[in-house]
Parts: sequence; structure tokens; C-alpha cells
Amino acid sequence: MELTDIAIKSIYAIVVVSVLMGFCSYAVLAERKISSWIQGRVGPNRTTLPIIGSIPYVGRFLTRLGVFQPAADGLKFLFKEDVTPAHVNKLYFTLAPVLSLVPALTTVVVVPFGYFENAAGEVVNLVLADLNVAILFLFAISSLGVYGVVLAGWASNSKYPFLGGIRASAQMISYELAMGISVLPVFMWLNAPGTDGTLSLVDVVNAQGGALWNAMWMPGSFLIFVVCIFAETNRLPFDMAESETELVSGFHTEYSSFKFGLFFVGEYAHMLVGSAVVAVLFLGGWHPLPFMTWADFGVHGWLAGVLSVGTMIGKLCGFMFFFMWIRWTLPRFRYDQVMRIGWQMLLPLSIANLIVYTFVIYFLERP
Amino acid sequence: MATESKEYTMPDAGARAAQASEEFETEKLELSMGPSHPSTHGVLRLNLELDGEIIQKCDPVLGYLHRGDEKIAENMTYNQFVPYTDRLDYLAPLANNAIYAMAVEKLTGIEVPERCQAIRVLTSEMARISAHLLGLGAYTMDVGALTVFMITFTEREKLYTLFEELTGARFTTSYSRIGGVTRDMPEGWTDRVLTFCEEFLPLLDDVESLLSRNRVFVDRTADIGVISKEDAIAYGLTGPNARASGVDLDLRRDAPYSGYEKYDFEVVLGENGDCYDRYLVRMEEMRQSVRIIRQAIDKMPEGPYRAEDAKKIILPHKDKTLTSMEELIQNFMITTEGPQIPAGEVYFEGEAPKGALGFFIHSKGGGVPYRMKIRGPSFCNLSILPKLCVGSMVSDIPSILGSFDFVMGECDR
Repeated sequence: MELTDIAIKSIYAIVVVSVLMGFCSYAVLAERKISSWIQGRVGPNRTTLPIIGSIPYVGRFLTRLGVFQPAADGLKFLFKEDVTPAHVNKLYFTLAPVLSLVPALTTVVVVPFGYFENAAGEVVNLVLADLNVAILFLFAISSLGVYGVVLAGWASNSKYPFLGGIRASAQMISYELAMGISVLPVFMWLNAPGTDGTLSLVDVVNAQGGALWNAMWMPGSFLIFVVCIFAETNRLPFDMAESETELVSGFHTEYSSFKFGLFFVGEYAHMLVGSAVVAVLFLGGWHPLPFMTWADFGVHGWLAGVLSVGTMIGKLCGFMFFFMWIRWTLPRFRYDQVMRIGWQMLLPLSIANLIVYTFVIYFLERP
Repeated sequence: MATESKEYTMPDAGARAAQASEEFETEKLELSMGPSHPSTHGVLRLNLELDGEIIQKCDPVLGYLHRGDEKIAENMTYNQFVPYTDRLDYLAPLANNAIYAMAVEKLTGIEVPERCQAIRVLTSEMARISAHLLGLGAYTMDVGALTVFMITFTEREKLYTLFEELTGARFTTSYSRIGGVTRDMPEGWTDRVLTFCEEFLPLLDDVESLLSRNRVFVDRTADIGVISKEDAIAYGLTGPNARASGVDLDLRRDAPYSGYEKYDFEVVLGENGDCYDRYLVRMEEMRQSVRIIRQAIDKMPEGPYRAEDAKKIILPHKDKTLTSMEELIQNFMITTEGPQIPAGEVYFEGEAPKGALGFFIHSKGGGVPYRMKIRGPSFCNLSILPKLCVGSMVSDIPSILGSFDFVMGECDR
């Protein structure tokens, strides 16, 4: 690899990570605005900046939209006193929030966000690393995320975080099984007899171009995967590790200031990556419509890049909205019910789903 | 010959965990839940002994909000104690005000006019709706559904506006006086109450559609915290909590006061006594309250709103105190010495939103009680917690506490 290649990749990596972090902070704002919309409230509408806020109409509109709120929230996390209780294991206590954020940022590497056509008319995929084992990499890294939660619960040396950590570890391990099995049909289809073997996410999207999206003809896989994503990201109705009415704040009860901020951002980063993976695996990635690609609309060149990334982000945002919608509508499951759903319902269902699609794919002919 | 086989039963997760812990020696986790904890609604503290997530022992610790209301009552006149009744069950002050005033009136033996009785019924039922709405919102928030809380609070806001118009205060109303109420209803107020009822019922259906058949909510509440009818009676449960267990007890019907016998309403009973039934009972009670409110407004009698002829009890009208000698003396005596209550003892209880709220008053004559004892329904309702929580999971605690709908202000007094 040449030096320029490395430089381009590095810049692209920095861009992707900063865009993701930006999305995270605005996802927090979106969560607050959407929750207030659902609940008939107004939501954050006071934070403003000295000069921009006083621009007529625009400044007022932005303020009421809460656009400056994420900046204030971030600063708050930075400047608050960072309390480290005396009874904690300092190394693990500091390591835990980092460990919960890093996997989310790492998995972004293999998630494709679009494509464009260069001057030579070649299709270039916008992905940091087009690994041929992308899905394995994704699962491997994202399951490391549980270590952050478990370590936080353990290092806090306190009862509520301890219970939260136990719940999180049990829950995430249980749901990973069903999640892994539920996506197998997608890749079996991709590796059907007579095709080149691949586990790349780019190829998943390409296979859905000009065809039915996977969610449409694999609804079972899609539903199981979505439920598992909810459980994996610790969102309501599966937020056992946090469950604030029982365990106060669960695993991050003892955390404050920036360490808490890392957990907070980590949760949204997980959600964003989860939404992106759902969009790539089941919702056709950057393809605008089933059976239609941007090329079918006659879009080529850099415009295709813009539109494909826009489509991808649109799907991602739509799924994020779904995340939030569920959170503010449903009550929380009980811990043992979560485990029962994971082991007694989702796991058998995903295995049955796998068997059914094994036969379906065997008898279907690939176009 | 058929071989006898042992009947195979599949115990639930809790029972299996309990069985496993019998087989292996494990360490118990002592967890102090509260006094400041999101699901203990105020300052209840539960000392739990946990085996994993299963509760082995539950030991409620009360008294964090003890203010000595009963002792305070001995140092002030009967009317001065009315604001303290606001702070018993602070979610339904109007009901407390009315029941307290009725207890003192029973001791005195005065009859309040029919209009006053109807106003008290009307405000008590509005207070019941307000209290049940908050209970419902907090309950659903405890099990994780955060939106219902906001919906019910919006409705309570409307109720508070109505209370403000009636009493001058939104929260601590202090509406009753011995022998009547502080003021008559403002003009057009009853129409606004009817408008509220009109808007409220569809909203209740909305809430019901969010919860009643919500699988997650039913899973969290059905067969959780089951209280048998016998237990409910043995532990002295009253109010919706007892009725959810099938105890057919409602003081509004069984020992009618303030003219409740004139109203047509149903006493809502549950069957299973679990958290879900307690939710259903409260929902239906709100509908019955609306029925009573409509009847009360429909049949609102004309006339005085307080016992005008009880000269030693009720304050004279303000416009006369500076123009008439008689009224001036009356005003002076009642404000300084308090309403003159004869010597004797009385116990009166009424159906407050949380259950039977009782006042025992021992008077030696004069304007100050010699001893006052308050029976707070929340306190008696919570007495069953040590029995109820054993064997359930930590996650059931919010469901159980939420469904009990207790108020620590009334519990600790």
C-alpha cells in the first residue's frame, strides 16, 4: 500500500469517526425531541449561542429546535467533577467506559455507507475496510462491548452496578446466539451454490440491488435480528443493565462526568452502528427502492455518491427513530422474561428460520 | 402392573432458583433499597435480602417523613389543622380535608347543608381521579412505560387548574372548614368540570389501549404480588388494593357519609389480587368517579354552602365582622380559641383514594383536640409488603410498589 493510500484511508477514518460522534450527540437531541413529541412536551429549546442565536428568525428557530443543546451537554460532561469513589478498582473503573465505546467505533470500519463512480466509470465503495469476513468481524468486535458493562459493574464495587453488570452479561451472551443464527440465511443466500464465497457487507448490499430486499423475503430473520439489536444495545424494553427504576442506573450508577459521558455516547454509537447494520443487511443498504438501484434512475458519477450516502443515512435515521419510538412506548421486560424470550423463543425460532431458508435457498435458483 | 411415576412439574424460574440455592450454600446479598430510590415513591426504605435476584426477606423501614402531625394537632385549633391534612395524602388533599372536617362535625353533631355535602362529594371524587391518575402514571413509569406518566400529568394539570379556581391553591387546597367549606363554587365552574369529564374519558380509553393488552405490561404485572382475599382482610388493606383482591368494601357504599347514598355508582372489584387487577380497579374507579361527579353536578342543591346556624363553629361572613358587634365577637372567639367542640371521643373514616382514611379525635371541650390519631390507609396497605415481596424478584418491586400506590406523607404522618 502506498503512502497516499494510507493517508486517504486515515483521513476517511477520521471523517467517519467524527461524523459518527456528531451523529451520536445529535441522536441524543433527537431522542429528547422525539420523546417530547410523543409525550406532548416541547423538549430542549433554551440553549443558544451568543451571536448565532441572535440572528433574526434563523437563530430563534435553531434555538427552539435545540440545535445547540448537544454542545452544552458535551461541555457539561467535560466540566463536571469526575468523582471516583474510594471503594472502586481504579484501573477497571477507568477502563470500562473506554471499552464500551471503542467496539462501537471499531465496527464502523466494515460498514459500507455508499458508492460513487470515479472518472473511469468504476464503482468505488465507500467503506473503510471491505473485509471479506466483515460480518464475522462485526460480531466479534461488537460482542466485546459487553466487557465495558460487565467491568463497570464489577469495578464499581457497589450493589446496584453489580446486579446491572450480571444482568447485562447474561443478556448479551444470550441474544448474541440468536442474532448470529438469524443472519445466517442472508449469507447462505449470498454463498448459494454457484457463487463466489463472501461474507462482505458490500456484497450483501450489491446482492440486494435490483432485487427484493432481504427484509421482504426473510421477515423472520429481520424480526429476530431487530429484537436482538434492541437487546444488544441495551435499549428499552431490554435495558436490564440500566433499568433505572430497579437498579437506580444499573452499571453506571457510580459514574459521573466524562466517564458517564462515554457510556452515554457509547450507547448511541451502538444504536447507530446497529441501525446501519440493519439497513445494510436487510433494508437494501443504499438502494432507493426494491428492484431499483440509483443506476436505474440514471444517476451516475459523484451524484450517485451523494444520493447513495443520503439513502443510507436516511434509512439509518429511520431505524433510529424506530429505536426511540419503541423506547417511549413500551414498558420494560423483567430480567427472567428477557432470558426466557432469548433462549426459549428467539433461539428456537432462529434455528427454525435457518432450516426453512436452507431449503428455500437450496431450491431457489440464483438469477 | 403400571409403574407409579412421580408427577413431573416444571417450576418457574423463581422456584427453581430457590431450589438451587437450597442445594448449594450461597451468600445472600443485603440490599438497602431507598430511602432515596426511583421506585420507592418518596422515602420508603426496603431492606432486602437477595439470593441472586430472588427476594428472601423484605423489611420495610418507615419514618423518614415523620413530621409528628398527630402531636402537632394537639397544639392548634381544629381549623388550623386543616392545612396539615393537605399534607397527609398530598395527591388528594380535597378528600382529606373533607374527611377530617366530617370527623370533627360528627363529634360536634352538626349537620352541614346539602349543598356543602354535594360539593364535598364532587371535590372528593375529583381528588380521587387526580390521585389515581398520578398513581397510574408513576406505576407505569416504574415498569418502564414513560409516556403514560406525561399523559396522566396533563390531565392532572387540568384538574389542578379547576382546583385553583375553586380553592385558590393548586396543590394544598385546605378547602374544608369545620361546618362547611371555605367558599362556594365560582360561577361556571361546574360547566368546566363537566368539560373536563368529557375530555377525560376518551383519554382514559387511550391509556387503556396503551396498557391493558400490552403484552409487556401484562407480563410485568399479571400474577405478580398476588394478595389473597383472606390476606387482604388480615393485613387491614383498604381501598382499591383490597378491592382488587375481591374484598367488597367501600365506605362510600357501606357507611355512607356526606350523602353518598344518593349517588349511583358501582364498587369495582378485582378477582386475582395481582398488580394487574389493582391497575384495572383504579382505571374503572376513575370512570365511576366521573359518574359520581356528573350526578353531583346534575343534582347540585341550592342553598348555603356551610352550616350558618352553628355560631360557635363557623366563622361569620367577612363583610359583617366589622359592622356588627355579634359577628365581630364571634369572629374573634373562633380565630383565637377555635371552634367550640364538645368533649367526647369520635372515630370517623371515609373512603380516601388510597383507602379508609380515619380520624380518631379525643376532645376535652374547647377549640383544641386533646389527642388525635390518624389512620393512614397507605400505612396499613404497606404492612403486607414483608409477606408479599418474599419469593418475587427485584424487578417485581417496582411493579408491586407502583400498584400499591402509596404516599409516604400519609404513611409516616
